[in-house]
Formats: sequence, C-alpha cells, structure tokens
Amino acid sequence: MSQVTRFSARDSGPAARVAGFLAHLRAHGLRLGVAETETALRALLVIDACDAEQTRLALKAVCAGCSEDAERFDQLFDSYWRNGGRVRQKVVASAPKAAPKHTRTSREQSGSSVDGRGEIDSPDSGNERGEANNDGDGKLVASQVQNLMKKDLRELVSPQDIAAAELVARRLGLAFRDHRSRRRKAASKGDQIDFRRVVRKSLATGGEPLSLPRRRRPARPVRLVTLCDVSGSMTVYARVFLSFLAGLLRADTTSDAWLFHTRLVRISDALRDPDPLRALNRLTLLADGFGGGSKIGAALDQFSKSAAKKYVNGRTVVVILSDGYDTDPPALMASALQRIKKRGCKVIWLNPLKGWKDYAPVAAGMAAALPFLDLFAAANTLADLSALETKVARL
Amino acid sequence: MTWTTLKTDMAAKGYIASDDLAMAIHIALTLERPLLVEGAAGVGKTEIAKVLSDLRNCELIRLQCYEGLDASHAIYEWNYQRQLLAIRAAAEDGETGRAVESRIFSEEFLLQRPLLRAIRQNTPPVLLIDEIDRADEEFEAYLLEILSEFQITVPELGTLKAISRPVVILTANGTRDLSDALRRRCIYAHVDYPDPQAELAILQARCPGVETALARQIIAFVQSLRKEELEKPPGVAEMLDFAAALAGLGLNDLTRDPVILQATLATLLKTQLDRASITTEVAQRLAGVAA
Repeated sequence: MSQVTRFSARDSGPAARVAGFLAHLRAHGLRLGVAETETALRALLVIDACDAEQTRLALKAVCAGCSEDAERFDQLFDSYWRNGGRVRQKVVASAPKAAPKHTRTSREQSGSSVDGRGEIDSPDSGNERGEANNDGDGKLVASQVQNLMKKDLRELVSPQDIAAAELVARRLGLAFRDHRSRRRKAASKGDQIDFRRVVRKSLATGGEPLSLPRRRRPARPVRLVTLCDVSGSMTVYARVFLSFLAGLLRADTTSDAWLFHTRLVRISDALRDPDPLRALNRLTLLADGFGGGSKIGAALDQFSKSAAKKYVNGRTVVVILSDGYDTDPPALMASALQRIKKRGCKVIWLNPLKGWKDYAPVAAGMAAALPFLDLFAAANTLADLSALETKVARL
Repeated sequence: MTWTTLKTDMAAKGYIASDDLAMAIHIALTLERPLLVEGAAGVGKTEIAKVLSDLRNCELIRLQCYEGLDASHAIYEWNYQRQLLAIRAAAEDGETGRAVESRIFSEEFLLQRPLLRAIRQNTPPVLLIDEIDRADEEFEAYLLEILSEFQITVPELGTLKAISRPVVILTANGTRDLSDALRRRCIYAHVDYPDPQAELAILQARCPGVETALARQIIAFVQSLRKEELEKPPGVAEMLDFAAALAGLGLNDLTRDPVILQATLATLLKTQLDRASITTEVAQRLAGVAA
C-alpha cells in the first residue's frame, strides 16, 4: 500500500481534495460548515502545504472543535490522505471493502444499493450474506442465548419504542427536576426587583435608582445518571431499558447513561446522536460483550472511583437498572455504593425481578446494596417506569 | 514568521509549546482568528496569552469569566456618577437639556470594560478571555458578535468599530460544554500534560537553577504521580512549585530524605484525599522508580 492516497486524474485539484477531506470529516461526525473549508484552505496558504506533518497540524487546529475530535483527527487524516482507508469510491473503484467507519445513511435502510458503503465490523452489514443469526424482525431475544457477543441492538429497540420511552422519560425527568430553591438570588432576568440592591446601587448615583437589579428563585436541576446492566440475565429487559435510556437522554440533555456487563461503557454521546438508528448502531459497537457475565460490583467500583467524580454531586440521582445477580463479592458493591452515596446523591435501584410475586432481595449483592438505596422499586415495562413519577417526586 | 520560528520564540520566552499548539497559534495569528485552548487545569493555557503579549510587545487585556458576568462588566458601562454630576453642574450653568444630553452620552462618559478596551487600542493587544465556560450562555452569545464582527453597538452612541484587531485567546476547561457556534469561529488547540522531554525543557527554562539530575528525577516523579489515581493530578505549575520548593530546601536527591519529600508534596497534591492516598511508602516507591 502506498503512503499517499492516489486521487484520480479527473480530480479537480488540491482545493477540491481539501473540500473532500472536510466532507470526509463531516461524514465521521465532526461538525463543520462551509466556512471551515474556507478557513482550512486559507490556513494551508500560510504554511508549507507540501509538508504533510505541517498540513496535518494546521488542518487539525482548524477542523477539530473539541478534545474528542482532536484525538480522532490523526486517524481520519491518515485514512484520507495516507491511504489508510479508502474514502471516495469513485476514485479507486476496485478497492476491496474499505469504507469510512460510522458512515450510515438512511438509504441503506430503504434498500437502495450503496456499494462499498457497508462496514466490516459494524452491525450495518446485517443484511449481507454470511451473517447467520440475524432475523431482523425486531423480536425479543430469548434469554437462553448465552452470549450475543455482537448483538445488533436494533433488533431489540425500534425507533417507535424510543419515541414512547422519550415521553415517559420526559415526564420522569420533570418529576425529578422541579426543584426550585426557596431563596431568591440575584439574576439578570428575575421576576422580582431586588430592592435592597436597588437602594444600595442608587447611592452611587445620588439616590436615583438607575439600575434595577432583579432576583429570582434559581432552579436547582437534578441530574440523572443511569447505570444499566446488560449482562446475560438482564437480556430480556434490555429492550425496555435501552429504549428508556435513549428516550431519557433525548428528553434531558443533562442526564448521563452508562452500560455495564463485564465492563463499564459510557453511552450518552452515542445515544444522543440526532439519528435514532445511527445512535443504536453506535451503541451496538460500544456494547461489545452485551449479554455476557455480570460484574456489577466491579463496574460500580470503577464508576465510583472515576466517572462519579465528574458526573455525581449532591443534585444527582443515580439510577441503577439491574437484577442484582453479581459474580463479584458483595462487599465490593457495598463499598462502591457507599462511595457513590458519599457524594451526596440519591440512589435508586430499579430491579425487574421485584415485579415478581414473592420476590425477596436475598441475592447476596442485592442484600448488600439495600442499606444504601433511597428507593428500591420494580421496573419491568415502560408502564412501571412511568409509575415511578410519583415516587421520585417524594425523594 | 513560520510556525517553527514562533515555537522557538516562545521557547526563548520560557514557554515550551507542543507542535499542535504552536501550529494552532500560528494559524490563529495569521488568519486573525480567535484561538480556543482547552485542557486540564495547570497545563499552561493562561500562560500562552502572557507569553504572546510578551512576544509581540503589546498589552495583555484579561477578562476573567464567572457565572453571572454581564455586558456591563465585560463590554462597557456608562459612568452614572459623572453623568449625574455633569447634569447638576449643567443645571447651575443654565445649559440646555439637549446640549447636556448629547454631552453626557459621549465617549467621555463611557467606561470601557475589557472587551471594548481591547478593540479600541492603537496597537493590537492580546485579549485573554479566561475560563469562558464559567460564563453564562447569554454572554457567549454576546461574545460571538464581537469575535466575528469586531464591533460593539452602544445604543446611545452608535457602533464602535475596532481600531485594531486584538489577538483573542479563549481558555476553557470543561465546566460546561461550549456552543458549536463559538467552537466553529475559533481555531482549536487541546493542551495535554506535556511528555517527559517537554516537561523537562519547561522545568529547565523556568527554573534554570535546578540541577539536571534532580530535574530528571522531579519530572519522572511527577509524571508517575499523574498515573496514580488522584482527584486532582498535579499540573505543570504545581511541578514548578515542587521543583522550586526542593531547590529552596537544598535537596539534590529525591530519595534521600523521605520527610522532606513528604512535606514538599504539599505543592503537588491539593486535596486531602490525594494527600492521604500518596503515603510515604507510595512516594518513596515513585521516587525510587524515578531515581
């Protein structure tokens, strides 16, 4: 493979290639407009554009907008300019299955052929030959399936489910969120005039009240952090929970969601993708190992030691969706929950088994967790989740 | 000026910039675009502005953002006291209302806050908008207009155009997500903790008095400390304090005196939990590896 991508002879020059590169970045989720193309071209004029390293640095400064972009940029740069992955099929038509990652359009869904746009290691390639266990009819997956290693979550969750869950999540979010402070604080757009400050400020202007400071009751929003268990024993409930999570994250931009089976993965960004189908694809990539063993203790432990510091504070409600069947020692879970609890948050555990008749939390892990929970409730269906509304309002 | 000369110039002023950063600064300067710098606390984001103003020999105007920062603190405000005095004085002199009005709404009675001051300078200054993510979203919207048009509209006075375009540097460390609109207007650079060589260069540039052997130990120690599970990993500024403390105490080998090492950790670890987690044994192990 050559070091540098060979562009076709019909290619209309460097400017078009740079424009193509920005289109390539756009296709990979970087948010760039037409103005960035112009800036990129202008930036290339002020450096030595023949030097690949300089070009990389310059384009990175212009095109990356946040630290995640900056991290991914080098790879994307190589894949376009350095022949790392083929990008534009019209240039090298015979390149065998190499296509941009994460590129997925609705055209594929509707069945029109977009050759070469498929993805080797993504679930997009579901309707290709050779994929055996893909029935694609949206049926619930039986729990006998031990490990669905690369389970396509689209099979579990449909966009309609997400829409329904979004409604529930929005109501639930409101129940959590209407926590206005009792005191009033200075605010530029308050509903009341702050007379004390009016008088104080008028002293400077010889007793004339020129500025009218205002105040209002500040909102104290509660942030939801959801940890969802997708281990083997939870597979049957995954449909409900994942659509709930997707709805929740769409309805409430401050909330945050994590999946765990044998490890912990943050899925908030993936689920917030504007295209619900693509969101599920990204989620599938993240949930590699879905339906595997459950290490609730280790996952919570990891969460409490790392992410909790950033995402959990006194105005957070941590929701754990799990059946409590853990392969880790119960003490690990207890200490992790204690650490999470110490951050001043509320912890809610939603256990699908609790909906069963005669359920008692006797599993060692569940028993260890109980003392740290503010609410321990059942959740099997969306209806159960929406019934939580009244309960959480009292927390 | 190319980006490599910029890099060496900055190094001469005691700022060791990575390639990414030097290129981003170079492009921001030549294209006259604002530069958005993100990174953990203590990696030298604010320092960039100081070095640049030093390098260009111009004024540094700093706007520290905070929650509730509003236009009257950031852009301009009328000097009400002077206006009132002028009105009262005018009443005694028998000046007409209209003449007074046009006089008290002139630039003479306008208090320039950092943003207005930055665009009304004869020589382009460096404008540092520090911790933009602490300010409200409304303020960010204000800023968008100023950063793209470089003009400020005062209703009573008209539009004030920029006399010179300031070099704008924004810093953020992720208190809240910035809007895409702001990100798109800026050239972006992410500053990470420096690698050992770069950090050694920083230490030698800033504290030339520290012996090379000790400097190497300090860098290795701090770098391995960052790999420990800490609430607040020590930044470059902390590392420099640490080095200064050690040099001040006359220590030339980290492993020699555990008591002094433990005491000087106060310059690196700033929370009680972190202090507790780096016990004498841990510190000695890290120092031992570093030596």
